Amino acid sequence: MYATSYHRTSSVDEAVNLRASQDEGRYISGGMTLIATMKQRLAAPSDLIDLRHIAGLKGITVKGRTVRIGAATPHADVASSVEIRALCPAICNLAGMIGDPHVRHMGTIGGSVANNDPAADYPSAVLALNATIITDRREIPADEFFQGMFETALQDTEILTAIRFEAPDKAGYAKFANPASRYALTGVFVAKTASGVRVAVTGAGSGGVFRVPEMEAALGASYLPESVAGISVDPGLLMEDMHATAEYRANLVRVMAKRAVQSSL
Amino acid sequence: MGMEGIGARVTRKEDKRFLTGKGRYTDDMVVPGMKHAFFVRSPHAHARITGIDASVALGMPGVIAVLEGKQLQADGIGNLICGWMVHSKDGTPMKMGAWRPLAIDTVRYVGDAVAIVVADSAAEARDAAEAVMVDYDELPAVTTSLAALGADAPQIHPEAPGNLIFDWQIGDPAATDAAIAAAAHVIEIDILNNRLSPNPMEPRATLGIYDEAEDHFTCYTTSQNPHVARLVMSAFYNVAPENKLRVIAPDVGGGFGSKIYIYPEEIVCLWASKKTGVPVKWTSDRTEAFLTDAHGRDHVSTVKMAFDKDHRITGLKVDTVANLGAYMSLFSSAVPTYLYATLLSGQYAIPAIHANVRTVYTNTVPVDAYRGAGRPEATYLLERTIETAARELGISPVELRRKNFIRTFPYQTPVIMTYDAGDYEASLSAAMQAADWDGFPARRAQSEARGMKRGIGMSCYIEACGIAPSQAVGSLGAGVGLWESAEVRVNAVGTIEVLTGSHSHGQGHETTFAQLVADRLGVPIASVNIVHGDTDKVQMGMGTYGSRSGAVGMSAVVKALDKVEMKAKKIAAHLMEADEADIVIENGDVKVAGTDKSLPWFQVALAAYTAHNLPSGMEPGLKESAFYDPSNFTFPAGCYIAEVEIDPETGKTEILQFVAADDFGNIINPMIVEGQVHGGLAQGIGQALLEEVRYDENNGQLLTASYMDYAMPRADDLPSFSLSHQNTPCPGNPLGIKGCGEAGAIGSPPALMNAITDAIGINTLSMPATPLKVWSALQAVQMRQAAE
Ligand SMILES: Cc1cc2nc3c(=O)[nH]c(=O)nc-3n(C[C@H](O)[C@H](O)[C@H](O)COP(=O)(O)OP(=O)(O)OC[C@H]3O[C@@H](n4cnc5c(N)ncnc54)[C@H](O)[C@@H]3O)c2cc1C
Repeated sequence: MYATSYHRTSSVDEAVNLRASQDEGRYISGGMTLIATMKQRLAAPSDLIDLRHIAGLKGITVKGRTVRIGAATPHADVASSVEIRALCPAICNLAGMIGDPHVRHMGTIGGSVANNDPAADYPSAVLALNATIITDRREIPADEFFQGMFETALQDTEILTAIRFEAPDKAGYAKFANPASRYALTGVFVAKTASGVRVAVTGAGSGGVFRVPEMEAALGASYLPESVAGISVDPGLLMEDMHATAEYRANLVRVMAKRAVQSSL
Repeated sequence: MGMEGIGARVTRKEDKRFLTGKGRYTDDMVVPGMKHAFFVRSPHAHARITGIDASVALGMPGVIAVLEGKQLQADGIGNLICGWMVHSKDGTPMKMGAWRPLAIDTVRYVGDAVAIVVADSAAEARDAAEAVMVDYDELPAVTTSLAALGADAPQIHPEAPGNLIFDWQIGDPAATDAAIAAAAHVIEIDILNNRLSPNPMEPRATLGIYDEAEDHFTCYTTSQNPHVARLVMSAFYNVAPENKLRVIAPDVGGGFGSKIYIYPEEIVCLWASKKTGVPVKWTSDRTEAFLTDAHGRDHVSTVKMAFDKDHRITGLKVDTVANLGAYMSLFSSAVPTYLYATLLSGQYAIPAIHANVRTVYTNTVPVDAYRGAGRPEATYLLERTIETAARELGISPVELRRKNFIRTFPYQTPVIMTYDAGDYEASLSAAMQAADWDGFPARRAQSEARGMKRGIGMSCYIEACGIAPSQAVGSLGAGVGLWESAEVRVNAVGTIEVLTGSHSHGQGHETTFAQLVADRLGVPIASVNIVHGDTDKVQMGMGTYGSRSGAVGMSAVVKALDKVEMKAKKIAAHLMEADEADIVIENGDVKVAGTDKSLPWFQVALAAYTAHNLPSGMEPGLKESAFYDPSNFTFPAGCYIAEVEIDPETGKTEILQFVAADDFGNIINPMIVEGQVHGGLAQGIGQALLEEVRYDENNGQLLTASYMDYAMPRADDLPSFSLSHQNTPCPGNPLGIKGCGEAGAIGSPPALMNAITDAIGINTLSMPATPLKVWSALQAVQMRQAAE
């Protein structure tokens, strides 16, 4: 790790102002991605602006069927939230599958969504649930937020403050973990609401998280595992690495979609 | 046996310190004036160094020195060596290329050390290391053994033309060829043994301290054998004479073989300490560990096994190519030869065996012994072959093994080894019963009903521990003897110190060695301390590897205890006016048998040191030492059974049960033995399902340089293990011990691969059986069937 200066901020404004005054500053939340990258010397921020101690950035509120998860909420809190589980157990299960207990108690939903790692779990839920990404300056619909591997709609100094979504009628998440890293080799989140079914895939796409319209249409017509069993995605759009070929990932998209639907019934 | 004696499940004395964070590892050592090192390493797999410019680095904050290979060479520091001479079958000695502690003209793998930066802090050393400008002319690189033997492969060492280190053989080629020619059936199979990274929890570290006043060096290091480290650094690397070099291996967090060897870093830090006048510490990070710790395995073999019409094995022919990496590590030559091919008879009576082994240089990390060292490779090859034979001959794999078991002992194999004792049938039956082998078809039907593929597989392994005797290994080329030493010091108040040349880095010696003393003298283990790991405290010893500490190290303690006991009895007889022959030691008392005369142990000890009333002519004191050189290897053996279920949609394997039935001879502490087996099984299952070191074949970059890509087994990858022990005591040592440290890693990979290939009905799968590979294999069959 290169030398860096650490700042603990207590308000969103303070953090944004500080960040705006630096060329090479970075926000830090759980640090589970950023610190590891810094240790490998792949990132060298001059300053770290810690968001975890800002009042209001952490915590879960449920009003009616509207769920709001503060950006600095660790995965473990989502995994164990009784309130969310009552409305959308799939996202609790997803959070419980991230990394190991250490990672789940440090890593945050805001950090994960802002980072948009192509193998991260949360982006699939955010996209399938048609969630709204709330920042210090605006609200962004999920369909506009994710813009490719590690790319999002966030501007340079913009802080993601919360994720908000309406609880679906049904939702399921199925993950096939990379045997080494345990990130998603392929993960599929399926959500059914009054306005239709959304299917989002993580871990597989060479452009990051993506939706599968054919599966959405098929499930919209008949919400059963068999409906997606015959639908395949084009391997040409998928990642290929030592852990999985594109063909294998295409197979996993199909199988995990089926299992996600199954688990939501 | 008593509450704490041999056979008791005593909890480990050392665990309190480890579990409360009070262990003291090399990186915990802090000495006045200590500075930190970082190594500049090659980013290329193969390149010529055309220049090193440290001027910028030298001006950076905290930097004390940047030292390079030419300076080291000018100071007379020698090259690293392989300590086991193997000759090719044409009689020529192995062709060892020069391994300089810091590369001078050529780098040969990614991670090869080029320079050392010493600075006030580790971070400053690392910052400065990035500013050391090394100019390279890149050369083509080769990473796989077969490619390295190719006609147009890059030449890695001038000493080894065609990258061939040696072309060695064992056994009788003519008899084996004749057996194959006359056979009713010949089974042929290609076997790959995947390359592994050992991954001890504690990464390597070293602290070099030069004391100018005494012209003396101290080396703290993560070593499994500090005396061997001192010997080698003194005799070959010219660091300092032995009496001017103290090596301390304090608490060491796992080794699995990778900490047997002397690496460049120890030598360079000692030298750098003298050069700079400050103590120099280096601690590897995890990526450096992947890049520089000796790897294991990496064999490519072809096999022919001949059977007569009654399915008796009549011959075995093996051709193996072993990848030794960019340099020959300390025992690298012995692993694919004397630790591998000598075990190719397995548990079977095979009249004719011939194995040919070629070892080659590649642009990869050096390869040396890793848990099991050669024996996992032999077991995997043999147990996959016999399973394949059973499938091809259409008979039960159990019956085929039973028919060919060795049943009388001692048994001389055609490949050097003389097995001294064993009962292979006992372990086989125990394992089959524990696994409910006969109930498998019904279980398979249940799985099939759920759309899953279920398989069962076994492996009957034999291995050789406590490599010995010294004369024999010397005649095979070993540069050292393989005995062990012990000193038993009874203090004046009766407490005891045992100084052992064995080294504990997870094995629990502080407990088991104390149990041995408790068993003999009836004293509590709390009054026994085990001292190891410091060349200034302990007499010359050979360290711990190859499951030798029980069979060899404890036998040395037994010999020293015999002497202590004899002297104590003489003193007691004298004090109690009895005949020496009537003295017995029981429960901490020294008694005259058949009388009520008795002295507590501490009084006999005290008498030895007050020396007021000793038998005439007897020297005061109660302290004895012994060196023990075994008469033979020991031969642990057993039967492992794995039952798996495979999800055909994803290719993922779930281990439903894993049964291990082991014959380790007598057991000192069953709890510790079970722990050793569990750990070994985890590593063997890791090899079969998850682990593989991979290089980019085009440029020699290590692709699996972190846990993001190198799949280590985790708790939820493993089932609960079902263990049992059979016992044919080893006749070769006083305790009847065989050793248990490696069996789990040796026996488990073939059991799993036999189960997986049984489940999917495809025999050609190689390790690791990742979901990707299993699914792809199933896909290929489906495509073929669809095409037909
Ligand atoms: C061993 C291990 C295993 C893991 N396994 C998984 C897994 O299985 N699945 C998975 O999905 N993830 C996994 N992760 C990643 C983990 O979930 C991280 O917590 C997550 O990706 C990042 O969250 P963080 O709070 O730690 O963010 P940080 O590391 O602090 O930050 C990540 C990035 O986001 C930016 N950032 C953080 N917060 C904000 C914000 N509020 N607004 C704007 N930008 C922000 C930072 O500047 C940085 O660029 C694993 C991590 C580790 C170390």
